[in-house]
Amino acid sequence: MAAILPAESAGAGRSESQPQTAPIKPQTPRRRVAPWADTVFAALSQGAAWLTLAMMVGIIVSLILGAAPALKAFGLGFLTSAEWDPVQEKFGGLVMIYGTLASSLIALVIAVPVSFGIAIFLTELSPNWLKRPLGIAIELLAAVPSIVYGMWGLLVFGPILATFVQQPLQSLLHGVPVLGSLVSGPPVGIGILSAGIILAIMIIPFIASVMRDVFEVTPPMLKESAYGLGATTWEVVSKIVLPYTKTGVVGGIMLGLGRALGETMAVTFVIGNMNQLSSLSVFEAANSITSTLANEFAEAGEGLHQSSLMYLGLVLFLITFVVLSISKLLLVRLKKNEGARS
Amino acid sequence: MNMVQVGKSLTLVVGLLGGQCALAQDVTGAGATFPAPIYAKWADAYNKATGARINYQSVGSGAGIKQIKAKTVDFGASDMPLKDDELAKEGLVQFPTVIGGVVPVVNIKGVAPGQMKLTGSVLADIYLGKITKWNDAAITALNPGVALPDATIAPVARADGSGTTFIFTNYLSKVSAEWKEKVGEGTTVKWLTGTAGKGNEGVAAFVQRLPNSIGYVEYAYVKQNKMTYVQLKNKDGQWVNPSDDAFKAAAAGADWNKTFYQITTDQPGKASWPITNPTYILMFKSQDKPAQAAAALKFFDWAYGNGDKMADDLDYVPLPASVKELVHKLWGEIKDSSGKPVSYK
Repeated sequence: MAAILPAESAGAGRSESQPQTAPIKPQTPRRRVAPWADTVFAALSQGAAWLTLAMMVGIIVSLILGAAPALKAFGLGFLTSAEWDPVQEKFGGLVMIYGTLASSLIALVIAVPVSFGIAIFLTELSPNWLKRPLGIAIELLAAVPSIVYGMWGLLVFGPILATFVQQPLQSLLHGVPVLGSLVSGPPVGIGILSAGIILAIMIIPFIASVMRDVFEVTPPMLKESAYGLGATTWEVVSKIVLPYTKTGVVGGIMLGLGRALGETMAVTFVIGNMNQLSSLSVFEAANSITSTLANEFAEAGEGLHQSSLMYLGLVLFLITFVVLSISKLLLVRLKKNEGARS
Repeated sequence: MNMVQVGKSLTLVVGLLGGQCALAQDVTGAGATFPAPIYAKWADAYNKATGARINYQSVGSGAGIKQIKAKTVDFGASDMPLKDDELAKEGLVQFPTVIGGVVPVVNIKGVAPGQMKLTGSVLADIYLGKITKWNDAAITALNPGVALPDATIAPVARADGSGTTFIFTNYLSKVSAEWKEKVGEGTTVKWLTGTAGKGNEGVAAFVQRLPNSIGYVEYAYVKQNKMTYVQLKNKDGQWVNPSDDAFKAAAAGADWNKTFYQITTDQPGKASWPITNPTYILMFKSQDKPAQAAAALKFFDWAYGNGDKMADDLDYVPLPASVKELVHKLWGEIKDSSGKPVSYK
């Protein structure tokens, strides 16, 4: 046994031919190969982790380098200027930053309650035979390519929104000072509102499936005890399930927000792509960071135009970073409160 | 057994990679999206006729110019010609391939294609936001007998950077001093009013859906979607409808003898359509890889000889024979490193 050991380990790389010549217990070769494979596996997984980190640093560095000319020329004024004039080479990102934030906010306002309802229905109220098909249908929504949402939004949803929401609203609020101007605009059903609604439809499956998964892990014993004490379904959900799963719920919402902020194709189709802030109407064409990048990058000449687009990319990166940090902070505070109460 | 399979698939991968290397002989080009359909059609027909492969990436004019300057492609393509001094500085030559026309389209109830008449300056005022109603005196004066509604004009522009926008804004800059000062010309400009769609199809979709709108698209889209085009007044003061002949007339009016830097918008000529422009190919004068250059020139030579019908089918206008002759002369200037002209015959 000991005599054949060196030969075995030498041939570890091509162990295929060995088993016939030396019949051994099944575990022994695995144990002997293990140290070698372990080292490689550890190195590989560590390499993968470092590679991800290196890529992220690389992306930030290249974004900053690319944006450097614009950073130098416009400084922080870029964030507050609404001027975007490629011909005169004057650039400011306020319109796009506003568009990105406003459309994502509308998406969240719509998507969070709907997803919550879906998750509650699937975990607490739905009859068992309906759970699986409904769950799968919602997950399928997440698999629809975003450009399909964009085309659907432009050709199908836009006209419906214009005919059944925008025009009634416009005739209802005609002449009303502030509200009237909030719904003005050409009756095509494009703008911040349709972008927000399309985004909401896109992020609902993400938020809903995360919520459903975390609701399902609430220990039945807790819920049963509450029901046993005479709690209603709503009381169980709001007092037992939600407090127990708040980390997961916040995580799911942030996942959806992250996707809404970064979504490009679907937004480009329905937002109208016009750099204006003179009307804050939700039906007036606006612009977002991602759709400006998608529209203008290919044709942007070298120099300030290109580097201003890089600057916009950097701003988006920072926005998502801030959103992530806020969600982490929120979780930390939630945990702290928990400690104080108990 | 497993190892053998891995070995086999490795050989396969290596074989494929080897195949890729062999394909490096293919001619590659990149640039403008506007002529991409015709280049693709030519390349396909050329491949069937000769077996040679042309690989064209439609990445946009700006990117095309960047790529040819970086020598990552054998030819670049741009809707916007480079000025002669920039060409000389970079050591490039440029030549036109086909001519395209941009056409203003409207969607007004009761107005038929070709019924509405507009001048360049009125068009500029509409896009400047100075004329906001269809029954504005400036428009009704041009269109006696056409019932124009008391409705707000909804201008539609191109959202993505594009040669179409360059041609359109170049024309507006030529006919309106105010436009030139406030907006100017470029593949993306600062639009003052309205909505913007992505791509010709996006603009076409908005105009067709939006009552009382006006937009501008390539001629092919007008024909395919049967859109309501307008008549324009050209430099000679004639009303013209957009048509292949009107685009050809505009191209013929340019003086190609001195330079290929021609933006043929607002050209003289009774029949010429004012928003017309050729699209260009860029190549290096002095070639490090003469074999590649020869292959590219062979392709364009073949396209000039055999591609006119295909261009017509796709609603592009082929170059007049006189211009093609001048281009052939220019090709004599493309040389290999020893100074010998690259032979494409």
